[in-house]
Amino acid sequence: MNYYSIRAIYIFEMSRTWRTLLQSIATPVISTCLYFVVFGSAIGSQMMDIDGVSYGAFIVPGLIMLTLLMQSVSNASFGIYFPKFNGTIYEVMSAPISYIEIVIGYVGAAATKSVVLGLIILVTARLFVDYQIDHPVWMFSFLVLTAITFSFLGFIIGIWADGFEKLQIVPMMVVTPLTFLGGTFYSIDMLPSFWQGVTLLNPMVYLVSGFRWAFYGTSDVHIAISLGMTLGFLASFVAITWWIFKTGYKLKS
Amino acid sequence: MQPIISVQQLEKTYEGGSQALKKVDLDIEPGEIFALLGPNGAGKTTLISIICGLVTPTSGRVLADGHDIISDFRAARSKIGLVPQELATNAFEHVITTVRFSRGLFGKPPNEAHIEKVLRDLSLWDKRHTRTMELSGGMKRRLMIAKALSHEPRILFLDEPTAGVDVELRREMWDMVRQLREKGVTIILTTHYIEEAEEMADRIGVINQGRIILVDRKDALMKKLGRKELRLSLHEPLAALPEALNGTDLELVDEGYQLIYRFDAQSDHDDISNLLHRLSTAGIQYRDLQTRESSLEDIFVDLVHGEQEGSA
Repeated sequence: MNYYSIRAIYIFEMSRTWRTLLQSIATPVISTCLYFVVFGSAIGSQMMDIDGVSYGAFIVPGLIMLTLLMQSVSNASFGIYFPKFNGTIYEVMSAPISYIEIVIGYVGAAATKSVVLGLIILVTARLFVDYQIDHPVWMFSFLVLTAITFSFLGFIIGIWADGFEKLQIVPMMVVTPLTFLGGTFYSIDMLPSFWQGVTLLNPMVYLVSGFRWAFYGTSDVHIAISLGMTLGFLASFVAITWWIFKTGYKLKS
Repeated sequence: MQPIISVQQLEKTYEGGSQALKKVDLDIEPGEIFALLGPNGAGKTTLISIICGLVTPTSGRVLADGHDIISDFRAARSKIGLVPQELATNAFEHVITTVRFSRGLFGKPPNEAHIEKVLRDLSLWDKRHTRTMELSGGMKRRLMIAKALSHEPRILFLDEPTAGVDVELRREMWDMVRQLREKGVTIILTTHYIEEAEEMADRIGVINQGRIILVDRKDALMKKLGRKELRLSLHEPLAALPEALNGTDLELVDEGYQLIYRFDAQSDHDDISNLLHRLSTAGIQYRDLQTRESSLEDIFVDLVHGEQEGSA
């Protein structure tokens, strides 16, 4: 394993985060805080408890998951797309570094940023709503697993994209709507039975549900299914990434 | 002596079907400056890109310092530094950060002393905390060389290193390349500027339509293929060559005011004495006489055109 190469990519990517602190950390934290203020404190106080959890506390896991998914995808996609865009990818592709090491560097850095951001939002949420964490180890595990999984997705998008528009399509047109409709703001038990069935086709339901279980011990779907689905996504994205490097798709002629 | 780069039967056919390289064999000796010349689309960049790992070969084999570039890519690539043709830098990063990144990327532990030396050698030390977007074109080019040298490669590829740089900077680059060679770095450069190859290269390879058509030492090449030209300015214009000069390779130009005689650089100089004697006997007076040796550019153009005509 070429640790110096992995370290170089990781540090380079992380330094971009610190350089763009306002955009990388402050903006998503402020956006999420606004959700807490509006849905948690203002509207939430007028809402019924869900499964014995106040509405403000109920949306905490979903909102963290929403930010986590968005940031994982956008951090990782930008991380690999930008060297392609400015031409410096030649350096990575000509370095004595294996594909696994490249992925560890880029995906690792993107996932780290997302986890840090998720923890900041978790702490910030405490300023607005009371919540509990019944299973802190599971909560952290879900956080890390989801960040890694969706950083893989972002990495794939970054390689696939040949313009900034494509870079935004999947996060904005797919990830965000599915997360909103995946139980971030409601329990799927609140939906008519037909729509409950339809919602179960939404992969985000399993992520949000599993993460919420770690907080309150209740979930829309069984924790084992949530975990299985998350691992299934991870395996799929790893397989696609492996194929990309094996074929040199959009990286090598 | 084992070549530092050995290209064996290398072929590359791109997805669209265009064949960029056709059974290329090439050995580069350690410590030399090798210039690879060829017209646009000849296969220069494809060849370099394969050796550096950016393009996958269709068939054939390349060894870098004895290491196969595919099965032993770590060892092979760690020996190589690449400066591509396009100026590609991380616009928002500081100069020193990007050089540190390059060193780490190539698996080398941090070494601030080496990075300082590289930046000083390339007159970039004072700019180390400057964002790369604020550098001039010439400085960016030097930064790319600094990045390529940051991991102490034994082999340096320079793809059109002086494209778009001014004359002064070009001279500076040439000096820098010579200094690198003195330190034992093997340099392979591609260039459109024949003057550059003529100035710097120990050996020259000419590639055309995906084939290496010639590899030789520069001086041997100039001697073997170089031609000389004798130009005589006449006192009185000639309407045609007099019969007495039949059988000579003389050409009448400039409305009869000049005679040109072309001959091999290696030929016996008695030819010229004989010619001048025959001119004198024919009563042709000249007021000036000039000789010119063909440049590498002339040789290159002759070679490439000859090859194209041969394949047509």
